[in-house]
Amino acid sequence: MACCINPVQYEGLEASKNIFYIAAPPNQQIIPAVTYLLQQGMKNVYLLGSDYVFPRTANKVIKAQLQAEGGTTVAEDYTPLGNTDYSAVVSKIKASKPDVVFNTLNGDSNVAFFKQLKAGGLSIDNLPVMSVSVAEVEVAGIGVDNFKGQLTAWNYFQSIKADANAKFVASYQSRYGANQVTDDPIEHAYSAVYLWAKSADKAKSIDVDKVRAAASGVSFDSPQGTVTLDGETQHIFQKTMIGKAGSDGQFQVVWDSGADPLKPDPYLKTYSWGATVAAG
Amino acid sequence: MSSLILLGIFNGLSVASILLLVAIGLAITFGLMNVINMAHGQFIMVGGYVAYVCSGLAGLVLGPAAAGDGFLVALPMAFLVAAGLGWLLERGLIRFLYKRQLDTLLATWGVGLILEQAAKNIFGAPNVNVDVPEWLTGSLAVSEDLSLSHARLFIMALAALALGGVGWYLFRTGTGRLVRAVMQNRAMADCLGVRTDRIDATTFALGTGLAGLAGAALCLLGPIGPFIGTDYIVQAFMVVVLGGVGQLAGSVGAAAAIGGLDSVFNLAFSVSIGQVIVFALVVAFLQWRPSGFVRTRSR
Repeated sequence: MACCINPVQYEGLEASKNIFYIAAPPNQQIIPAVTYLLQQGMKNVYLLGSDYVFPRTANKVIKAQLQAEGGTTVAEDYTPLGNTDYSAVVSKIKASKPDVVFNTLNGDSNVAFFKQLKAGGLSIDNLPVMSVSVAEVEVAGIGVDNFKGQLTAWNYFQSIKADANAKFVASYQSRYGANQVTDDPIEHAYSAVYLWAKSADKAKSIDVDKVRAAASGVSFDSPQGTVTLDGETQHIFQKTMIGKAGSDGQFQVVWDSGADPLKPDPYLKTYSWGATVAAG
Repeated sequence: MSSLILLGIFNGLSVASILLLVAIGLAITFGLMNVINMAHGQFIMVGGYVAYVCSGLAGLVLGPAAAGDGFLVALPMAFLVAAGLGWLLERGLIRFLYKRQLDTLLATWGVGLILEQAAKNIFGAPNVNVDVPEWLTGSLAVSEDLSLSHARLFIMALAALALGGVGWYLFRTGTGRLVRAVMQNRAMADCLGVRTDRIDATTFALGTGLAGLAGAALCLLGPIGPFIGTDYIVQAFMVVVLGGVGQLAGSVGAAAAIGGLDSVFNLAFSVSIGQVIVFALVVAFLQWRPSGFVRTRSR
């Protein structure tokens, strides 16, 4: 029996005893992002995603939250993974005039979408886009000019001012090249190794069952701040931030979830509207 | 309402021109030569990376403000580099497989994987950004609801130019006549003293060169990364097969038909559903007419 460590944000609604979910479930990324948009008065939301499990489930969560908290879903739109033509999508966005696009596209499609959005005359000046799968590494491929000013939600940004992060960024760049950037998935993968190692130390074993039993409460001073493993869900306590892309390709934090790390809640048990989403 | 119709027409023409640009090289390597070139998408990728290198060099040599101008040099360079690689591939591998068509499928797929991995090793796995000239990033406002992006207009013009160039080469030049002769009847052309091996290499290089040109142009609208080959390969084969293997005019018709249908269905439904409908229509059409729009007999 092996154990799997997942360092990339995902759609939640699962808990396997053989998986450690180190990156954010919706309550540590998507839900705070929607809360932020509503706080900013952006109530009419256009949902755009790649057509697979993460965007489909994420949009279920977003629609339920918008309905409960006074927002409106303008459209729910999917394109195949790897899709590279967004002419129709850009036309539809222009026609439906949303306050904001909530973007759950993945991979290459993000590059095509943001380039064609700009070519279609839409940018942060007339259309904010909130993305949850675009980090510092992807911004370089999209082109800073096409992404400037846009919003993302993550648990880590390279720009965070903290000693642990300064050391992490410096070591990363000395190993992989001075012009390389770090981002949320890189940071989570890095922290995950330490969290596992500390759990194994505590268990004095690398046996999966023993590491799992020891994991609860193990914490690590990661580049994003101190994170702690939650034994019940095998996720971590961490905070969420909203970043705005600057002209250097780095994100400036414009909002965060506060000093206390958020408790992981993959099944949305702490939300009044969560039960309907979790039920299907 | 009228601007919505105009928008639909513009989107349709734009998608069609992209499809044509992506497929025109394959219409030559697969359509004319019957080489199932699974590495076609990777030659598109090569063109994209040539554009990346050109814009980087222009930025270094002429200063960061001029990085975008490298794009204009990149278009012919992408054609030449991809054509050169295609020539090497034909001479080094494909010419041994002309009598084993299905083996070219596996062999070129392998070549595609090698090219993809080489790109990862040289440029890294994430997508890269290509600086393009400022005048290509704007859009032409026709009315309040309708603006035509310069990049899309440019790609339409380039696709038309590529099509015109290939048509001129095949039907108005001496070499083009030899190409058609070899593709129609290799043995007879050989008997009449045509250097068939040289024609094969040149024709294949032309096909891959056009893929490279498409890759450089598409950095205006799409990603440049190691995996973009797979983003385009299905569309390219769909256009060539629907058009009728061996017929350039068929490919043009197929690109126009798929582009038009794409535009209508993608506006009416989600792109996901739109593409399912287009695929279903293409499959149904090919059941009815397996040889595509234009029937032909080739070797």
